[in-house]
Amino acid sequence: MKSLKEKISESVFLLIALSALSALALITVFIFIEGVPIIAKVGVVNFVFGMKWAPSQGAFGIFPMIIGSVSVTLGAAVLGVPVALCCSIFLAEFAPATLSNLVRPAIQLLAGIPSVVYGFWGLVFIVPAIRNYLGGPGLSILAGSVILAIMILPTVISISEVSLLALPRLYKEGAFALGATHWQTIRSVLMPAAKSGIVAAIILGIGRAIGETMAVIMVLGNAVALPQSILDPARTLTTNIGIEMGYASGEHQEALFATGIVLLIIIMILNAIAQYAARRR
Amino acid sequence: MPKAGIIVAGSTSVQPFAEVLAEEYMTLHPDVTIDIQGGGSAAGIMAAQSGIADIGMSSRELEGGEKSLWYVEIARDGLAVIVHPSNPIGNLSLNQVRDIYAATVSNWSLLGGPRSQIHVITREDGSGTRAAFESLVMGKAEITPRAIVQDSNGAVRQLVADDPNAIGFISLGLVNETVKALELGGVAATRENVINGSYGLSRPFLFIARSQPTGQTKQFIDFTLSAEGQKLLATEGLIPSSDGTGK
Repeated sequence: MKSLKEKISESVFLLIALSALSALALITVFIFIEGVPIIAKVGVVNFVFGMKWAPSQGAFGIFPMIIGSVSVTLGAAVLGVPVALCCSIFLAEFAPATLSNLVRPAIQLLAGIPSVVYGFWGLVFIVPAIRNYLGGPGLSILAGSVILAIMILPTVISISEVSLLALPRLYKEGAFALGATHWQTIRSVLMPAAKSGIVAAIILGIGRAIGETMAVIMVLGNAVALPQSILDPARTLTTNIGIEMGYASGEHQEALFATGIVLLIIIMILNAIAQYAARRR
Repeated sequence: MPKAGIIVAGSTSVQPFAEVLAEEYMTLHPDVTIDIQGGGSAAGIMAAQSGIADIGMSSRELEGGEKSLWYVEIARDGLAVIVHPSNPIGNLSLNQVRDIYAATVSNWSLLGGPRSQIHVITREDGSGTRAAFESLVMGKAEITPRAIVQDSNGAVRQLVADDPNAIGFISLGLVNETVKALELGGVAATRENVINGSYGLSRPFLFIARSQPTGQTKQFIDFTLSAEGQKLLATEGLIPSSDGTGK
């Protein structure tokens, strides 16, 4: 009797686990069914490396958007990762318990702010600041990078902090016993030992940045040309879908799904790298 | 008693006005439900053609084969070219606007303004407002890909209100004191000038059906074209239709 109960609960859980997976499968299959025909028609190379996006004229090149995504994400990493790493080292190594108990939930709160609020804040504060002090229209790669840098902080901080805290105490004690200072210990022992976790944290942060849509739609300017400087407006793969889906039909809609395919592949690659990095010790 | 339903779909420019009409109509006729959906002009025309919607909405003229459908102009909407209120330029020719949007003119100083880069703002591909601007202003020229793209009239207006070097285009009814509507070829962008035809940038708001509408659908369209319906549209900022009859 008991074993029957066990079996039933086991299969119920299996079913629920599979339903989560089937959602992933369903979305993936649907995106591919909708997007592949237009890629096949235009050609993979023309689609991915095409410079002109004008769906109503039948031009479907997303290369400017790929460059847009890459540059905004890179900017976010350059601005956000150093801050996040310093913060995680501070939390794991220096902060007294009372302070870290205050800072940690505050950083988690940062993750809970809806992205549209980030975007609106960026539009009201960052964009005019860039326009007034640095020139250009303000809606720019720089504005997007600043917003995304803040948005990836919680991801990068919490994962790298956890990987620092997970190190055996022996490492630290050994370094101290050898006469290393606290900073020398962090730099030469703890950071290298936690490297895989930190790399995974950065890559997951990058994945978060590349997938963000709402906040960047509002501050990026969404121009479809190849940007020439960080003060130029740009469009990312996600914002291309977000800004045009309202009106798209027919081939235009297929091309947006195809943009989703490219995005999905990029994020899958990033996740694979993060998993590989996290597993390597 | 089951309620009779009318499905209206299409242009998101027409949608808010159709919603106002439908709301008023449903208070007058509680037994009728009117369901209004967006999707854009192209989708609206297609929905009317296939019969998915009883009425399709379009914010651009019908072209080619589409003209065989039944349609009526319910109102006209002006397009205003807007700049920041501090911009010294108050008047441009249509050719100058085209040159700005084609990026052959990229500095305000070439037009007699300050020495600063023009920040061109446009709508996204697929938008009826953009399509109307393209056909009325751009002709064969293309809007520069370097233009900033925003996905609503409101966003364009907000951006122009914030940026002294910006230029954009929006529905005439949505112009307010935060932006300055340019005169085009010396003609001010006003309702009067759209009605008398001297201001060239205007587009029709159309109701489209597969064939001559009958029953509930006809009664709703008749209401739209009646003095009461037209007054409602005028208070919402549109320009009453010149032809009340249709095809």
